[in-house]
Amino acid sequence: MVQAGSQVPESEHDDHSAQSDGEQQELFVEDASCASCVTKIETALGSVPGVQRAEMNLAQRTVLVAGSASAIKLIDAVENIGYHARSMENTSDNDVLAEREKADQVYYQRLIRNTVVALGLGIPLMVYGLFIGEMTVSTTTERIAWLVVGLLTLAVMVFSGKHFYVGGWKSVRTHTANMDTLIALGTGTAWTYSMVVVFFPGLLPEMARHVYFEATTMIIGLINLGLALEVKARGRTSEAIRRLIGLQTKTARVVRDNKEIDVAIEDVTPGDVVRIRPGDKIPVDGVIVEGHTAMDESMLTGEPMPVEKEVGDSVATGTLNKTGSFLFKTTRVGKDTALAQIISMVKHAQNSKPPIGRLADVISAYFVPLIMIISVTSGLLWLNFGPAPTIAFAVVSATTVLIIACPCALGLATPMSVMVGVGKAAEAGVLIRNGEVLQTASSITVMVLDKTGTITLGAPKVTEIVLAAADNEDEILGLAASLESGSEHPLALAILESAEERGINTSVVEHFNAIAGHGIEGVVEDKHLYFGNEKLMRDKGIEIDAFTDRAQNLASEAKTPMYLAADGKLAGIVAVADPIKEDSIAAIKRLKNLGLRVIMLTGDNRATAAAVAEKVGVSEFFAEVLPQDKTNHIAALQMENEVVGMTGDGINDAPALAMANVGFAIGTGTDVAIESADVTLMRGSLHGLADAIAVSKATLTNVKQNLLGAFIYNAAGVPVAAGVLYPFFGILLSPVIAGAAMAFSSLTVVMNANRLRFFKAQEH
Amino acid sequence: MVLVNLIGAALIGLIIWWFWLYKPRETSINDDNLIVTVENGSYFPAHIKLPKNQAAVITFLRKDPSPCAEVVMIPKLDINETLPLDKPISIEIPGLKAGEYAFHCQMQMYRGVLNVG
Repeated sequence: MVQAGSQVPESEHDDHSAQSDGEQQELFVEDASCASCVTKIETALGSVPGVQRAEMNLAQRTVLVAGSASAIKLIDAVENIGYHARSMENTSDNDVLAEREKADQVYYQRLIRNTVVALGLGIPLMVYGLFIGEMTVSTTTERIAWLVVGLLTLAVMVFSGKHFYVGGWKSVRTHTANMDTLIALGTGTAWTYSMVVVFFPGLLPEMARHVYFEATTMIIGLINLGLALEVKARGRTSEAIRRLIGLQTKTARVVRDNKEIDVAIEDVTPGDVVRIRPGDKIPVDGVIVEGHTAMDESMLTGEPMPVEKEVGDSVATGTLNKTGSFLFKTTRVGKDTALAQIISMVKHAQNSKPPIGRLADVISAYFVPLIMIISVTSGLLWLNFGPAPTIAFAVVSATTVLIIACPCALGLATPMSVMVGVGKAAEAGVLIRNGEVLQTASSITVMVLDKTGTITLGAPKVTEIVLAAADNEDEILGLAASLESGSEHPLALAILESAEERGINTSVVEHFNAIAGHGIEGVVEDKHLYFGNEKLMRDKGIEIDAFTDRAQNLASEAKTPMYLAADGKLAGIVAVADPIKEDSIAAIKRLKNLGLRVIMLTGDNRATAAAVAEKVGVSEFFAEVLPQDKTNHIAALQMENEVVGMTGDGINDAPALAMANVGFAIGTGTDVAIESADVTLMRGSLHGLADAIAVSKATLTNVKQNLLGAFIYNAAGVPVAAGVLYPFFGILLSPVIAGAAMAFSSLTVVMNANRLRFFKAQEH
Repeated sequence: MVLVNLIGAALIGLIIWWFWLYKPRETSINDDNLIVTVENGSYFPAHIKLPKNQAAVITFLRKDPSPCAEVVMIPKLDINETLPLDKPISIEIPGLKAGEYAFHCQMQMYRGVLNVG
């Protein structure tokens, strides 16, 4: 939906003959507003050497330029006739990041310069006021001296604080108010009052002839300093996304005309064959067509072990080739790669807000005008009821209220923590869809785990064959494999694999029928076969009583017994076992330590389910659950007021994942469909799940700390600034202290969010 | 003193009217496209009129280097977009039902509204 630069639909320019004129560039001319501008701009661009054609779209304010002229020359040509132009060339995430860092650095330096200038005047003035002399106007000499200081202060306000005044004024004009408004009003009031003292001292009682130039300059200096430090601290909050973006390479070694050449990543197209050597990073997504290797995918999936890859396996952008040299065929490039999608999803999630921040949002929207009202009210109360000099107290309290209030801290509290938390999760191979999911995940009370592929590897093997009416194991395996030949079910694959290993050929199956949750039937070699669980056999009237004990024993060893009946008689039992992932036990323990009730769901028989549950330390499980019934179990738990997380493979479990409060799709490597669930776990390990819960809890705790701090700061700071402590303790805040507190309150929020960067999710 | 109090009360009234009650002039989208400049702590224009059920494109051009200006959000539409400095970013607005759709920065200090009707 949202794109930079390339937003103009291609159809807009389809008719342009410019397309056949070699290289094209697009410019954005921000202030072109009339038809006559179009001619002027097109003419100016047409006169640049190398330009073959320039055509402007006034509605979009874009110009498509064909030819070999550089973007700089084109922009110069447009700016020379009084317009402002920008290149709309698509830039990579890397370029955008570099530009952002450069812009932040320039802004930081400007803020530091502003700080130095403002504090350069403010500190000596403050020292004078504290230790040397009175900041009052009594004599003509003092008037002249303070007039000079007042003018110097004005110069500081223009040099170091111009952005506050321009921003404040412009926001007032648009009927909105922001932090600039408060700073401009606060410092402006202090300076104006001081200049009234200088020019018209007679209008004020002698005690009120105090000047506040030091407050004006110190506030401007301190707030600039706070902003500068905040810019630096904010940069660190996007460390995770920077790391992901850094995984993108600039070039790829493409095989063209039997030669290997380095080409820019933008010029790689799907279908290109790319050479990868040991130590290379994968530049685009693709499928290996020659060679084999071990890949380090930890940067995307969090999985520390290298993954073996051979011909036919996919490789993902940004992952690192460890050992072999191989060729792969490009399948996805640019914004379509898994890495680009991950970056896009993480960015979107980082900018989204969990519901916990809504109250702060509502307050923020009304905050600034409310502070202005409190400021006026405070001034009036001091004027009416305060001690002499009332006007000086009124000015100080009104100014201090304006300066101490910090809507920024409230507004920053949630997004800064979410930014770091979502990034932190991404580092562990956990992709969280948005802030709301993050919040819900932190309050999950029950975690439901699918067994196959989640707790177990999902790659079962045939372990035993029990003979009944059949003569030998190969006969049973042959019939079962023939029947399963069209199926992609993990158990079917295990049987087919076993038959292949034994060199058994499969026969054609006819009248195939899947009996959901129970098994399958069909005709093979003129025999009517049923293959499935005990219930299927009993439903079909097959006599199995002599073998149920044997089946029970297999099940108690966490093996799945599947009965094969041929022409109404039990032929035998095929036992299949799906190994438990080696870290499932430890990960489930972590989930329990996080306070979660863990429940296992499986379509498998009760005895096998019980054996697996016992091995992994899960005391609650539901066996023989049909796929369509998984949602009923989730709904039942929700009826008990539980906040339910469901973890499954994202495809078979889609309805249950959607029904749960938070659905976790567990993937195996970079093939996982990242759009399929609320939370995507890029690696197969359940530790990813524990990481997701742990990081969600840590982030929400951080958000709460920030919000609480910001609320308390404003709720306490504003009344104190207004002078509520004065009648009891004689305390009235100085505007300078208020300025320092305000500047550092939002910095504190950002720094607290940054603490999350050091959060270690993986505690095995 | 009475005069001062009256002026103070008038000032409070003015703040309430100016920031909360006044309905500012809205800018209509022509040719389905509008450029919103992010500059000096504000969006220009900040009050945008959109016909209902009509898709439109709003291009945001951020000239304000403050990090606060970096993200624009339209929460009701689940849109949030990072605005690089000096780089136009277009956001497609789908056809909408009548109502107000606020857009703002993450801290709600930069604020504007799409008035659909």
